[in-house]
Amino acid sequence: MKELILLIISASIVNNVVLSQFLGLCPFLGVSKKVDTALGMGGAVIFVITIASFVTALIYKFILAPLDLSYLQTIVFILIIAALVQFVEMFLKKSVPALYESLGVFLPLITTNCAVLGVALNAVQYDYSILQTVIYGFGTAVGFAISITVLAGLREKMEYNDVSPSWQGMPLVLVTAGLMSIAFFGFSGII
Amino acid sequence: MKNSPGERLINGIIRENPTLVLMLGMCPTLAVTTSAINGAGMGLSTTVVLMFSNLIISLLRNFIPDRVRIPGYIVIVASLVTIVQFILEAYVPSLNDALGVYIPLIVVNCIILGRAESYASKNGPVNSFFDGVGMGLGFTLSLTILGAFRELLGAGTLFGITVLPESIYTPITIFILAPGAFFVLSCLVAIQNKVKNSSSKDDGQPQPTGGCGDCSTCGNSCCGSRSFFDMTVDDKKADNE
Repeated sequence: MKELILLIISASIVNNVVLSQFLGLCPFLGVSKKVDTALGMGGAVIFVITIASFVTALIYKFILAPLDLSYLQTIVFILIIAALVQFVEMFLKKSVPALYESLGVFLPLITTNCAVLGVALNAVQYDYSILQTVIYGFGTAVGFAISITVLAGLREKMEYNDVSPSWQGMPLVLVTAGLMSIAFFGFSGII
Repeated sequence: MKNSPGERLINGIIRENPTLVLMLGMCPTLAVTTSAINGAGMGLSTTVVLMFSNLIISLLRNFIPDRVRIPGYIVIVASLVTIVQFILEAYVPSLNDALGVYIPLIVVNCIILGRAESYASKNGPVNSFFDGVGMGLGFTLSLTILGAFRELLGAGTLFGITVLPESIYTPITIFILAPGAFFVLSCLVAIQNKVKNSSSKDDGQPQPTGGCGDCSTCGNSCCGSRSFFDMTVDDKKADNE
């Protein structure tokens, strides 16, 4: 149990997926203009990564590994993720319309979020069990949600600042992300 | 010269440079550019995948039904990436170890699906091939520049050769760590904005560059995720009719 809690902390904060591994950077920079949308995106990512890491771990453990087909993992994982996202979208639309209202628009953006595929591939490489993979996926996604929400909060404040024209937009966001990344270095001694 | 192989090459390297102008493929751009060699290796691997995915998709463009085209493209790209991964593993194992999980992640690089969707699916194989070469070289160039800056500032070396010995320059290690990637890229984009603003004064307000991912504002199919779900849009259209 202690091991799993450590895994969550290390995946979400110490080895933060965006700020130290650079996965999922596209939505991190693109969908962080407002705190509301950032929270929605974070929620959708937590939802999808947790399910996707469970399904890919099952497929890997029971189909690819026994049949010695692990070289197919990239192709199989990306197709599973793409299909899964579409399935989740349809399921939520029919069965849980309230959740679909808040997360729906973000789901299509997640297929090419490299964090989802990255988690699945890393879990195979680290040789995690199915439970560990799900916990690792959940922790990673929570880390993503934390950092995108913090960045959105900072960006909302920076809206009103007077910035030189060349640094407006993306350069300023990148500098902010760099400073956040330094801040997250402070956690590196915890575990 | 419009739409010839030569024009495609120049277009990819300079006018529509995928990293610095279109802001596509940010994850590998920042993650692997800790040294110039790693940046160049990542760029060349992506170039190979891009060349052949454009060629194959262009050859098959009349055979793949429109509704399943994106899953089809993903399978083609994923197969090519697996091949590249095996070649690297066999012949350049040190590079393969340095790039790690980012090699399989070429599959979800927006540049590849973006080019497949917006160019290769509409043009002939020769032009598409050279479009892939041009875009790939443009990507390689910006990755190598970014890697060279970070390596020079962070370790005082360039392509592994010591340029600034420690006696005259103390390396600023943060540039080869994660935050340095953000800082160097932000400076490059700011310089590029400066050049663009001064060349088009009549524009008035500078256009802030958007990153990939905000697909709601991204009108063209630069982003793979958007085009993947165009299928559902097509379905809805079909339902309405």
